[in-house]
Amino acid sequence: MYSADYLALFYSALMALAIIVYAVLDGYDLGVGILLPGKNKPAADTMIASIGPFWDANETWLVLAVGLALIAFPTAHSIILQALYLPIAFMLLGLILRGVAFDFRAKAKTRYRETWDRCFKLGSLITAFSQGYMLGLYVMSFEHSLASHLFAALSGVGVIAAYTLIGAAWLIMKCEGEIQNSAIRWCRVSNLIALLGVLAVSVVNPLINTYVQTRWFGTEISLLLLPLPLICMVLFVLQDRVLVKLKHTPNQGCWLPFAITVVIFLLCFFGLLYSFFPYVVPGELTIYKALADPSALTFMLYGVVLVVPAIIGYTLFSYRVFWGKTQDLSYY
Amino acid sequence: MLDTLLLSRIQFAANISFHILFPTITIALAWFLVFFKFRYDRTGEQVWLRAYRFWVKIFALTFALGVVSGITMSFQFGTNWPGFMERIGNIAGPLLGYEVLTAFFMEATFLGIMLFGMKRVSPRLHTFSTLIVAVGTTLSAFWILSLNSWLQTPTGYTLVDGVFYPQSWFEIIFNPSFGYRFSHMLLASGLTASFLVAGISAYRLLKNDHKHAPKLTLKVALSVAALLAPLQMFVGDLHGLNTFEHQPQKVAAMEGVWETEQGAPLLLFAIPDETARTNHFEVAIPNLASLILTHELDGEIKGLNEFKGEHPPVKPVFFGFRIMVGIGVLMILVAAVARYTLWRRSTLPDWQLKILVAMTFSGWIATLAGWYVTEIGRQPFMVNGLVKIEELVTSVPGEHVLLTLVGYLTVYAVLLTAYIKTLFYTARNAVEVEEYQTTPVQGGQYV
Repeated sequence: MYSADYLALFYSALMALAIIVYAVLDGYDLGVGILLPGKNKPAADTMIASIGPFWDANETWLVLAVGLALIAFPTAHSIILQALYLPIAFMLLGLILRGVAFDFRAKAKTRYRETWDRCFKLGSLITAFSQGYMLGLYVMSFEHSLASHLFAALSGVGVIAAYTLIGAAWLIMKCEGEIQNSAIRWCRVSNLIALLGVLAVSVVNPLINTYVQTRWFGTEISLLLLPLPLICMVLFVLQDRVLVKLKHTPNQGCWLPFAITVVIFLLCFFGLLYSFFPYVVPGELTIYKALADPSALTFMLYGVVLVVPAIIGYTLFSYRVFWGKTQDLSYY
Repeated sequence: MLDTLLLSRIQFAANISFHILFPTITIALAWFLVFFKFRYDRTGEQVWLRAYRFWVKIFALTFALGVVSGITMSFQFGTNWPGFMERIGNIAGPLLGYEVLTAFFMEATFLGIMLFGMKRVSPRLHTFSTLIVAVGTTLSAFWILSLNSWLQTPTGYTLVDGVFYPQSWFEIIFNPSFGYRFSHMLLASGLTASFLVAGISAYRLLKNDHKHAPKLTLKVALSVAALLAPLQMFVGDLHGLNTFEHQPQKVAAMEGVWETEQGAPLLLFAIPDETARTNHFEVAIPNLASLILTHELDGEIKGLNEFKGEHPPVKPVFFGFRIMVGIGVLMILVAAVARYTLWRRSTLPDWQLKILVAMTFSGWIATLAGWYVTEIGRQPFMVNGLVKIEELVTSVPGEHVLLTLVGYLTVYAVLLTAYIKTLFYTARNAVEVEEYQTTPVQGGQYV
């Protein structure tokens, strides 16, 4: 059996990994869903085809993240999930709508197809918005005031922009021709909105939360970390330049926007983690206090150490199988 | 004031009932697909590939419904039953965690290759992916059934201040009822999938589908059903004996036995009355219940009156059990007759095809009835004999639970309708066009 402190760190790191991998992977397929055109059927088919082999596995990272919270920090899990009861229900509705629309659209009668496409788009929007809303409420320590709900709504829009950004970047990488051109346009717009969103959160967060303020401005390490938001801003600008260049030569470095977006995601997520560590319920419960029974977690540890590398391995393998530009989707 | 506990129970029951419909199909359907694909690889006969291609679509749709409803379940532990994880989390957590780690990711990732990768990987690797998906679905059932069995027959733990701590993981995972429940569930899945395959294939034949594939899948499905249905009866009996040993109050409710008696009769029909604590309109076979459960004509069965306040609501358990067994017996008969007819005449008469179409979803009803017996039969406990369900419920206001409950029920009703319609639509579509789009073979690769 390992020491409780060590296990608390290990499981929170693992949970952080699951959350960021989820945000990147399901982020791009939710983004593609949000960008789905209502009318242009061939484009919709290609866009859906680009995420077809992956969306299911992408969503599994959410199950892992929630599962880890439940296993390692059960008290925190129940506080957070009860506080977010309604937004979670909305998110689940969105996920259900999207998940089934994906499969029904390919099999249901053609006249229903546009309806399922609209469901897919709507489901993706609801999911992204409610995730952002939850993030907002979390940052506001689940405070129920008008201001905190407005902030949560703003954060919802921010997450929609972030997912649209990574979704568009994915499409630039995986598609050609008309879709790729549109994706470059979408990417520029969402890049700007996401930039504003990140700025807003970075300013508001330390202002409303003294703990966050001390973390960023009150310690010695914070001097070392302050350049991070700056780097993030530079990346947004760089992204814009790359997109302008891609308009003329769309296939030279078409993977760059996706890579830049992933780095932006990582930086933002790290910022968030650093702001709240070691709290798992902001201002209330630390990872050390919320930890479940160490012997149960030690039993899980063996599985994690053996299985997680395997998961990463076959995930990479599946991306290699479907490498390159998207082809038509067919069930064989 | 709305009752959060009652509404949460209804919501959980609705979610789990909806969810279980889909894994019940996919666990065994995955193995059907492995078989079709394997036969195609061995023989090179196109008909096996067509069978595979038709059923892989239905598999994908069913799987997607299982995934989305499963995600809902994973959140409900926290939103509606926070006490569950706080008190049982040290046991339940790792079991659920191992399911996600060893089964979920594997299924979901290789599903992508299985569905869309046939052009992109070698035939061998594609068959391997199909096999991995099947192993994944089964492994997933392994962990879930292990947890569920533990709640029914807890072993290998210590209890400190109302919180469970693991003592021996081997005893927890392989608890006394696990083997019975796991095999009972796998067989239930086998029967559900084979009656589904038989029903949809029969539907295509009735719609004048003269292609070879539906005949072939009908034959395979009926062979499986004819084999599994009697086997399920046997395993179900063993499972019943195990329940009799560990949860006598559940068996008493299943059998409708109020007073402890020797030589209890088997009730074919009755209406149990919990207020009067007796049965009305009994139709019974003398001594048979005792014979089945104790293997002695005058063996003793403990009555419900010995468990006053600690036994499950009788009616749903009593009727659920009869519905499950009734459908099981019907399955044995139908499978045997149809398989025999097929053996003698190589086709089925229309009336038999119609019966099979009518029984397309019979597996669902039997499985649901069986789950109600086992889950309602565990009431009022969450962990048999140790933790009552009311101790674990959320503090969320009843209004919110009602709101989400209405939302879920609406969505589920729409989805279930769409699912069933799409299944039959896919079958009709296959009659008209589907299978004439044959795939040319180029250098061993499917194009």
